[in-house]
Amino acid sequence: MAKVLMKGNEAMALAAIKAGADAFYGYPITPQNELPEYMSKHMKEHGRVFLQSESEVAAINMIYGAAGAGARVITSSSSPGIALKQEGISYMAGAELPAVIVNVMRGGPGLGGIQPSQGDYKQITRGGGNGDYYLYSLAPESLQEAVDLIKESFDIADYFRNPVMIAVDGLIGQMMEPVDFELETPKWDLPKKTWATDGNQKGRDKNIINSLYLDPNDLEKHDLKLKKKYDEMKRDHQRYELINMDKADIAIVAFGSTARVCRTSIQLLEEEGINCGMIRPITIYPFPSKAFDEIPKSVKDLLVVEMNTGQMIDDVKIVNEGKLPIHFYGRSGGIVPEAEEIVEKVKEIMGGE
Amino acid sequence: MLDEKLIVAGFGGQGVMLTGQLLSYCATNKDINTLWFPSYGPETRGGTANCSVTISDETVNSPVISKPDSLMIFNKPSLAKFMPKLKKDGNLVVNASLVKDLDFREDVNVYEIEANDIALKLGNLKAANMVMLGAYLAITKIFTNKEIVAVMKEKFTGEKAQFIDLNKQALEAGKKAVETSA
Amino acid sequence: MAKTKTIYEKSNGLSDAHLSYCPGCTHGIIHKLVAECLVELDVLDRTIGISSVGCSALNYDFFSCDMQQAAHGRAPAVATGIKRVKPDSIVFTYQGDGDLASIGIAEAIHAAHRGENVTIVFVNNAIYGMTGGQMAPTTLIGQKTTTSPDGREEAHSGLPLKISEMMATIPGATYIERVSVHNPKHVIKAKKALKKAFEIQKNKQGFTLIEFISTCPVNWGMKPKDAVDWAVDNMIPYYPLGVFKDKTNEEAN
Ligand SMILES: Cc1ncc(C[n+]2csc(CCOP(=O)(O)OP(=O)(O)O)c2C)c(N)n1
Ligand code: SF4
Repeated sequence: MAKVLMKGNEAMALAAIKAGADAFYGYPITPQNELPEYMSKHMKEHGRVFLQSESEVAAINMIYGAAGAGARVITSSSSPGIALKQEGISYMAGAELPAVIVNVMRGGPGLGGIQPSQGDYKQITRGGGNGDYYLYSLAPESLQEAVDLIKESFDIADYFRNPVMIAVDGLIGQMMEPVDFELETPKWDLPKKTWATDGNQKGRDKNIINSLYLDPNDLEKHDLKLKKKYDEMKRDHQRYELINMDKADIAIVAFGSTARVCRTSIQLLEEEGINCGMIRPITIYPFPSKAFDEIPKSVKDLLVVEMNTGQMIDDVKIVNEGKLPIHFYGRSGGIVPEAEEIVEKVKEIMGGE
Repeated sequence: MLDEKLIVAGFGGQGVMLTGQLLSYCATNKDINTLWFPSYGPETRGGTANCSVTISDETVNSPVISKPDSLMIFNKPSLAKFMPKLKKDGNLVVNASLVKDLDFREDVNVYEIEANDIALKLGNLKAANMVMLGAYLAITKIFTNKEIVAVMKEKFTGEKAQFIDLNKQALEAGKKAVETSA
Repeated sequence: MAKTKTIYEKSNGLSDAHLSYCPGCTHGIIHKLVAECLVELDVLDRTIGISSVGCSALNYDFFSCDMQQAAHGRAPAVATGIKRVKPDSIVFTYQGDGDLASIGIAEAIHAAHRGENVTIVFVNNAIYGMTGGQMAPTTLIGQKTTTSPDGREEAHSGLPLKISEMMATIPGATYIERVSVHNPKHVIKAKKALKKAFEIQKNKQGFTLIEFISTCPVNWGMKPKDAVDWAVDNMIPYYPLGVFKDKTNEEAN
């Protein structure tokens, strides 16, 4: 199929419909409104469910209920709304329920602003709610990648019986790019949802969806079972891209739309004869530690670039294990860095040696 | 090699966003890489609005345009905001009906198009953005007016279809304005 | 709307900041009334207002009293927190229908239920303004919004919520009235209602809520004048004006 030009929020909505989403529940918030608005127009045509909830708290619990009943479900929001959803997300991880959650990030904390940001990195990658859990979290850099990952993310969520977070920002949500919706995406081997409370008990024992384990021994066992899933994510499902790393003297670490800006910086540096590479985490949880094992000897410095005041830098420090000097460049509050700012930072680091 | 970075800026309601989108749609139809990014939020209601459009044979990387090749400017505040960023020898297309008596940079190519007056002569002020687009296309020759009209036929369905003819005339009038001023 | 605007002069209760509302939006008139009541009751310097999340989120800049900005829907809880530690202050929230009737309904109900001595200024424009025109609980049947593109349907979204009627059923509430600002006569009536609410608070007589029928010309897709007509023709028949609860009256009887 030919490519179609679509706005990011709408393209993500259509990708979810193509992936067979049975229901969307959500609440309005800028800059992701076009996603539910698209759903309100088109889910009905496909005989699926769209409902605007009274709040994000309600939306995530509608997701909990529908996921528990065995449906493929998706919700979307932006930073303050995602913050409100954390309780429900923790319950979903505890009850082992699959769902796709799109976070079109904006500046914070509090009401913050509405312009693009990556300020929720810690909230996304540390679980965000109470207890020992994580979300498989994908950070696409383009609309094509966002569409492909959303299509696959429903399978990933079902496979792990755990929510998947799609972490993008206002740039990706609001921009338009040509997208091919028919590209093949990996299909995961999925068992039947025999655990679902689907109201069809014929031939099986009753099912319960629950995160309550009052006996500490039971809860510990449950926590360890969850941990096994997170260990598997870390072991087998890290995703990243290495860009221009072969002869690089310095490597940028950046994700999402920031990585795109850095691609331009790398080109500009190349024109000046400076070899700069990039590690682009595609999963921000699990953090792609394996990428750091592949860093060539030529790389003398790491530069973390984020649209926040420095959050992923802590993960880079963990996997770097003190090997290379780590620098940081960030813009926050909704300001997207220009490629030239990063070029300057790289030159400053290299000149300082 | 085609690699054009354009910022279109003006008041909300002047058709700034649509003007940029038509170019991106046209690029998509021709399988050329493109990226369109709007300013967004309440400030665009009645305030100033702008969009960045990249059209390129290469993969589009940064969505942020720090040094545009061309500007299409619909009002004074936008001129003040974006003119300093324009590349040397870049194209500055201004709606001269609204942006008058101002100092333009001397190291860029300035095209003053009386877009509102031309659109009014055609019978509808709303077509001023298409006059500007026609001028821009005549200057850059990125796409032909015909290609843009083809996009309109695809996108302007229902009630909007009636404006295609007017827009077509406006594109041509914009082209003529550039040719006669040259 | 230029006609109605000239009737009023700027009140001391408003700052010099430019009101950021769209042309013809009735949020502006309601601000004026709040400011005038606070000045006329001579309580401005002991008033703490709470901005909610909606088009009025920035009104911490517009009123000249102390202001706090609250999370979406939580203004009545913030008001409660303030009032309990500063019982002699005058506390009001200013909330849209998305903020109060949707995400914040629990906080509104429980503030009334506890009989908090605060005043809620509730602005019902039947839509989410700030976020670009999505459906609100107060959106009318058949009304098109960006999330009810074919018009609101009862089978899908229920019937529009009548907040004043509902709040009036809460035993703890003292005074509930619905007003409109579509013409000068109603503006005067609306001001009287609001002043009464603040007086009740001043006398420590409990929870008050004034619901304003308001317009959103931009997201309704109408000219300001047509929006006012639409509110009169469509909203007021469904959301009748009047006093829905007056405990001060009951007590007097
Ligand atoms: C937790 C959270 N969810 C959603 C939003 C986005 N949001 C901002 S204003 C608003 C609703 C505005 O509607 P309303 O309360 O009716 O006020 P109006 O703008 O119409 O005056 C919403 C949903 C937010 N800021 N925070
Ligand atoms: S969007 Fe609607 S409610 Fe908000 S300021 Fe504009 S007209 Fe008023």
